[in-house]
Amino acid sequence: MQRRHFLTLSATTMGGVLIYSLDRKLSRLSAQDKTVRIPLHFFDETEALIVAAAVARIFPSDETGPGAQEAGVVMYIDRQLAGPYGRDSDRYLQGPFESGIPEVGYQGKATRRDIYREGVKKLGAFNRLAAAEQDSALKEIESSEFFGLLRQHTIEGMFSDPMHGGNIDMVGWQLIGFPGPQMTYVDDVDKHFGEAFRPKPVSLVGGHPTEDEK
Amino acid sequence: MKTLPGVDVVIVGGGWTGLLMAKELGTRTKHSVVVLERGGPRDNAYYAATMDELDYLVRNRMMQDCSQETVTFRHSDGKTALPLRQLGSFLPGTGVGGAGEHWGAGSPRHSPDCFELYSKTVEKYGVKRLPEDHCIQDWGITYDELEPYYTRAEKMIGVAGKAGNIRGKKVDGGNVFEGWRSEEYPLPPTKIPYYATLFREAVTSLGYHPFPYPSATLTEFYKNPDGVGRPACTYCGYCHAGCMIGAKAQPTNVLMPVIEKQKGVSIRTGARVRRIVHEGNKSARGVTYLDTTGEEIFQPAELVFLGSWTFSNTRLLLLSGIGQAYDASTGKGTLGRNLTHELTLPAARVFLDKPLNRFMGTGSAAISIDDLSGDHIDHSNLPFLRGGLLRANCQGYQPILNFGPVPPSVKARWGSEWKKAAVHFYDRSAPIVFIGEHFAYKGNYMDLDPTYKDDRGDPLLRLTLDWRENERKMTEFMIPKAVEIARAMGAKEFTPFPGLKHYDATRYQGTQVHGGTILGISPETSVVNPYLQHWQVSNLFVLGGSVFPQKPVAGPTLTILAQTIRTADAVIDRYLKKPGALA
Repeated sequence: MQRRHFLTLSATTMGGVLIYSLDRKLSRLSAQDKTVRIPLHFFDETEALIVAAAVARIFPSDETGPGAQEAGVVMYIDRQLAGPYGRDSDRYLQGPFESGIPEVGYQGKATRRDIYREGVKKLGAFNRLAAAEQDSALKEIESSEFFGLLRQHTIEGMFSDPMHGGNIDMVGWQLIGFPGPQMTYVDDVDKHFGEAFRPKPVSLVGGHPTEDEK
Repeated sequence: MKTLPGVDVVIVGGGWTGLLMAKELGTRTKHSVVVLERGGPRDNAYYAATMDELDYLVRNRMMQDCSQETVTFRHSDGKTALPLRQLGSFLPGTGVGGAGEHWGAGSPRHSPDCFELYSKTVEKYGVKRLPEDHCIQDWGITYDELEPYYTRAEKMIGVAGKAGNIRGKKVDGGNVFEGWRSEEYPLPPTKIPYYATLFREAVTSLGYHPFPYPSATLTEFYKNPDGVGRPACTYCGYCHAGCMIGAKAQPTNVLMPVIEKQKGVSIRTGARVRRIVHEGNKSARGVTYLDTTGEEIFQPAELVFLGSWTFSNTRLLLLSGIGQAYDASTGKGTLGRNLTHELTLPAARVFLDKPLNRFMGTGSAAISIDDLSGDHIDHSNLPFLRGGLLRANCQGYQPILNFGPVPPSVKARWGSEWKKAAVHFYDRSAPIVFIGEHFAYKGNYMDLDPTYKDDRGDPLLRLTLDWRENERKMTEFMIPKAVEIARAMGAKEFTPFPGLKHYDATRYQGTQVHGGTILGISPETSVVNPYLQHWQVSNLFVLGGSVFPQKPVAGPTLTILAQTIRTADAVIDRYLKKPGALA
């Protein structure tokens, strides 16, 4: 039996707000909670720290706004890989496996889990590098299947419904002005021309984003 | 194998065509009808939980399961085809309603000359202007013959639009290039969101003739001739995950309410049809299928309809040995020929100053121009024939699939610089899309793959497909037109499409793949007659886009529905009274 792994993070780096546990219950964290231990379902702790560091370079937290760290992208990816998607249950997996022209897409036998395991291993002590060194390490693997997945999953973890584990507190949606699933825009769809119309976001988990500093 | 009691009619596929035929037979005859659908059941209530971009639009939860079955692909003869291991350039549906559940509801008619493409083109430009290895041909049915069925199909699904040609009289505000219509659209056009209004202003200033795209999303409450009532669209923007209120026409909300009341019609889900059983290529005796437990079942029937989308229609005939498989080297055989796919590409992506609020919209809330379509421009001195439409669509943009594009001045694709630009332009950018015609060529076809098999051990369908100079030159011509429109829209930056090279099976284009079982006027050059009846096996009919001999511009669904209604009339009024060849 595999040892249960946890990702231990300081609550402040998580944006100090809300984490979704696997049963989709909200845990409210505050800066007083020094650390938070998040159960991992696919990665071990070292792998999770490396992936967290890599996605934070792809979608950084900076003056433009929150990034992969606050959105919990690493938790999103961990859950995706733990499920059937990680085992490539949606892909045609019969052989023979041959390499082909790019226009037929990825032909490999390696599943997404395999690609992550191998890719993360190659990044070595990535999470302990300085930001500039991390960027050059990622530049080197830019054209790899692994980086392609990492970038795609970062965008998914930023902008998918929070029920999937990322986009915590709808930080991704708030960043770009996407209001989530709303029932109707019938009175607004042909108005607000040239002006930002930004309804308060909602998610399938329910509720609106938390207000700052109550 | 278990043999079930015989039924009058078996229909393979529970999408638009199969369920429409079931509805017509169920309401107008006393025959027993069984619909076999490989996927699961689905109804309106299913869609209450589908407003989730990740599961439904990114992970394709409504689509064909590639782990069971896919197609193989190569560009030309002599190369080894490889399997498309995940979905890419097209998204075949599965489950009750099929691809009719996730479509964008664009509902144009095809222009009259599309049905006589060969004759009209040769008449004007001479046979020498046709591409060397083309195999385009006339449909064997004219627009005038199909017009009443178009009208019935529009009323059935409730198309919202603005007529541009009522019985030959041009009407301002509609598409002045369209074929004549016997009456106005059943419903007024959709509301037009901001981005499409910018496009409308720009093309108007350039002298084009913009029109609101016809859409089968209701703009007010509507009750169709079958008595099925549906509410108006709310522009929530989740059309492609299935409409939860039934405003967008889908087989589950247009056809199922009628079918459910018919005692003679039953729908079996989880039924994967393997073979059409026939006697010496002369008459069909029924079909065999695997049920959800994996047991193989023979369902005898007097009459067989295939309505299982282009790939499965073609593959089932190939696997069953019905008709002669097409041989590209000799040109002999008809089954599998004339594979085409709509040419759809972002001709120019525009980057604008002001926010577009583009999360609001509906599948086909679009402004289009048809000025460059068909033969509306003179091709005497152009290096290509035909053309296509340009359009700005406000389908309701979702963030995973649409986050990321940055103007050409930004080179980064990740990191701070990229993030800053991608966040800024997320709601300030959209594509001007070009949708063009695709000719049929001798080298583009479907057959059975010699190597790869599905999970039951049956060969996969193999696609041999690539673009030719006509599509490449057409694209080259359209890109600068789109760029000119982008400038007129006020875009300081824009990304023109880089040009068409080889067919890319990983870039989503649209779920409009045609050919394989094409219709025509002769068994030498087609699989079915103009009533969609198999030339050799007269109790077998093939419905859907697989009968199109080549790809006309724009969405095929309305034409597919009109043809299905025409076939239903011919079967009910003529064939069932006196079985035999209808043409």
